Amino acid sequence: MYEHDVIVVGAGGAGLRAAIAAQEEGADVAIVSKLHPVRSHTGAAEGGINAALREGDSWEDHAYDTMKGSDYLGDAPAIETLCKDSPKETIQLEHWGMAFSRDDDGRVSQRPFGGLSFPRTTYAGAETGHQLLHTMYEQLVKRGIKVYDEWYVLNLAVSDEEVPEDRSCHGIVAYDIQSGEVSGFRARNGVILATGGPGQVYDHTTNAVANTGDGVAMAYRAGVPMEDMEFIQFHPTTLPSTGVLITEGVRGEGGILYNENGERLMFEYGYANNAGELASRDVVSRAELTEINAGRGIEDEYVHLDMRHLGEGRIIDRLENIVHLSEDFEGVDPLEEPMPVKPGQHYAMGGVETDENGETCITGLYAAGECACASVHGSNRLGGNALPELIVFGRRAGAHAAGKDLGTAKITTGKRGEWEAGEVDTPVAPGEVRSSNEDAVADGGKAPDAGEPSDAKRASSRAERSDGGAVATTGDEIVTRAVEAENRRIERLMTKNEGVQHAEIRSEVQKSMTRHVNVFREKEGLKQALRDLREARERYTDVYVNDPSRTYNTDLIQTIETRNILDLAEAITLGALAREEFRGAHWRKEHQERDDETWLKHTMLSWNDGSPELWYKPVILEGEDKTYEPKIRSY
Amino acid sequence: MSTQVPETQEADESEAETQAESVPVAQQQRQQRKTDRRERVAERERERTEEETASDESRYHLKVFRYDPEVEGKQEPRFDEFHVPYHKGMTVLDALIYARDHFDSSLTFRHSCRQAICGSDAMFVNGSQRLCCKTQLSDLEEPVRVEPLPHQEVVKDLVVDMEHFYDQMKAVEPYFQTNDLPDGELDEQRQSRENREKVKMSTRCIWCGACMSSCNIAAGDNKFLGPAAINKAYRFAMDEREGSDMKEHRMRILEQEHGVWRCQTQFSCTDVCPKDIPLTAHIQELKREAVKNNLKFW
Repeated sequence: MYEHDVIVVGAGGAGLRAAIAAQEEGADVAIVSKLHPVRSHTGAAEGGINAALREGDSWEDHAYDTMKGSDYLGDAPAIETLCKDSPKETIQLEHWGMAFSRDDDGRVSQRPFGGLSFPRTTYAGAETGHQLLHTMYEQLVKRGIKVYDEWYVLNLAVSDEEVPEDRSCHGIVAYDIQSGEVSGFRARNGVILATGGPGQVYDHTTNAVANTGDGVAMAYRAGVPMEDMEFIQFHPTTLPSTGVLITEGVRGEGGILYNENGERLMFEYGYANNAGELASRDVVSRAELTEINAGRGIEDEYVHLDMRHLGEGRIIDRLENIVHLSEDFEGVDPLEEPMPVKPGQHYAMGGVETDENGETCITGLYAAGECACASVHGSNRLGGNALPELIVFGRRAGAHAAGKDLGTAKITTGKRGEWEAGEVDTPVAPGEVRSSNEDAVADGGKAPDAGEPSDAKRASSRAERSDGGAVATTGDEIVTRAVEAENRRIERLMTKNEGVQHAEIRSEVQKSMTRHVNVFREKEGLKQALRDLREARERYTDVYVNDPSRTYNTDLIQTIETRNILDLAEAITLGALAREEFRGAHWRKEHQERDDETWLKHTMLSWNDGSPELWYKPVILEGEDKTYEPKIRSY
Repeated sequence: MSTQVPETQEADESEAETQAESVPVAQQQRQQRKTDRRERVAERERERTEEETASDESRYHLKVFRYDPEVEGKQEPRFDEFHVPYHKGMTVLDALIYARDHFDSSLTFRHSCRQAICGSDAMFVNGSQRLCCKTQLSDLEEPVRVEPLPHQEVVKDLVVDMEHFYDQMKAVEPYFQTNDLPDGELDEQRQSRENREKVKMSTRCIWCGACMSSCNIAAGDNKFLGPAAINKAYRFAMDEREGSDMKEHRMRILEQEHGVWRCQTQFSCTDVCPKDIPLTAHIQELKREAVKNNLKFW
């Protein structure tokens, strides 16, 4: 067993920032990550960091733009925290040596971006994420923070009280990919999840293969609700054949979208008469697909993004990376011809429910970055708001976990504040598949006898304890118990000799989600996706790992990841089926209107003894000095 | 920007310097590679249509290195052959993923982003260090041989131990240092556009290890810092925000016995770098700095 004050799971932007902040508070901190830090997908972020740094701009304007972009589903305390902290955090990166692009006077450059009323997107060419990630990893090396790299976190070690809000997190269980060792990691103060997005739920995504939503799935199964999972951002400009991202910066610098007839579609068909190509991402993605569905797409698949008129000098200065990506992955030289682009899955607005200090409803468990949902982005994230989210909330979660007092959060977590029960009519039972087959890998990825203790079992084990269950057990015991359960799970996966392989299940889930739970959603398609997911879950009970080796067994890791993908895919689909309105990135064929009367609330899903329980909590529109009134959203 | 480029690349300092300061060289090379690739693709397409096989039947032949210290039958290194169905635009990484997901799930390799930014999948493909995700199959002779990076310990199949690479990186104090930060938390340090341009290429390193693996000197001298680490040091030494004291300090690290002077300008690192970083030129520039530093004539 390894022991630290604070353990951070994941080493992308949020994880690194959290570790640095925890250490600055004096904590002994360690990062556990399935990838070496510089391999994190934060490195692929291109566009920039929104921060109100200049004369004529203000954090209030940034907050207003963010709230409008969220289609009024963001929580004001979280949004205002982001916009207030972002300038300081952005300059902190510069003080750490980050190579921002520069203006003539030597200050950091900013560019216009979608949905912003001021050009406040602070950038480093079209490789802002790469520069940010490496700058922060450099700081980690400088500070000598311990990194357990290529350790795959299997589960959280959480106590088992009846009500999630009473539970506490004492550490994690992780698997050393290189050696096959399973070990407990005891966290004396807290565990911070910073595991990034769930892009692998889809097959056309900008996300890395490692983005499988592990943190969200683990927190969910430990009792933390998932919030607003149906809101998936589809980025309007990704390369058709691979899903590689073409930054919004291209449009920010003046790039234009054309349909097959060479029409400037955003204006020609009135999708956004003012902002045009720089409307928010949900608007532009829908516009492109509408064009394609109307037969005005190129090869019935994509539209053109043209930046040739910007001139080679400006392109190479500010967007050079895009030239490389377009050439290498689509064989198109954007200096000579327009780039083919189509919408692709890019970002999950939802995730682990946290407050504006990064804390979840389970004591000692925190989350930050894309895997968390405070909620800053509501139903649609603005371009340039993800990188500040990483550094602002990464820092807050890290400092908070290490004991810094950030004041009382205005956002409540779990069922502590106002909430209402929800209902959704599903064609099949969602959640865990109970299998009586001795040989089956139970859907929880655990042996049936080591599953989530049932209520009866919980009650009896509590009764046996002399303290009547007021205090579960010591943290060490909780971690040890979790290690035993994970060892059994791996044993079971490894000893099974035949059955289904994860790749098959994974690709079916990705296909179904891409087909039915995409930019445009309709009731029947969503129901079909739930059926497909049920089938995938049933097949997963028969999953086995073919590679017998304990050395660098990626077969095993991907099998476990697939289980996480299943949980997240189901949550996304359930939320999408339940929400009968059109808001932000969530478009429903049957419900073409935003319905503030009924739906100004967050979709919550809790893992309740093996099945998802749907409930809702209200959105907080009251900011520090003003209340944000929902208005008609047009660009 | 100047478009004057040397016609040949010789291991000559002034040439190297020209290369460092004129970005178009890399662009020209890219242009050339692209033209070549298009021609090859066109050639292939022609051949393919001439062949009688239907296009969906066309398969690429891969020979992939296999080794697993733990599994009987894989303890002796060997090559496995895979015949992977080809589609236009398919990369070596796509082919490996296909082989793993359809033929043998124990085939092991690192990969993540699929877009040449995470640096996970540098391998030895047809005798050269490349990133698999940005290497088109159509650019390669068949059978395509895929092996782990040379000069590094093989963990399993195509996965190598990167620890030594990371250690060399850490040896050059790979983080920004300055004694002169602005007081205000909202005041950035100023940096000229020219200076940012000077360090720009060096900041593009993705730690893939291709250069280190291609370097003959590094292969024979474990203490040699190697091209990636020296490039990292260059990135800070040339950054005007660090100040002259820090530059002195960095030069002392670089001019030691296993630092810049070990480089013999073979250009292997520059040839294989997937991010077109002029590594050799950067190393030469640091050598000149070191000489200037020690002679103190000016």
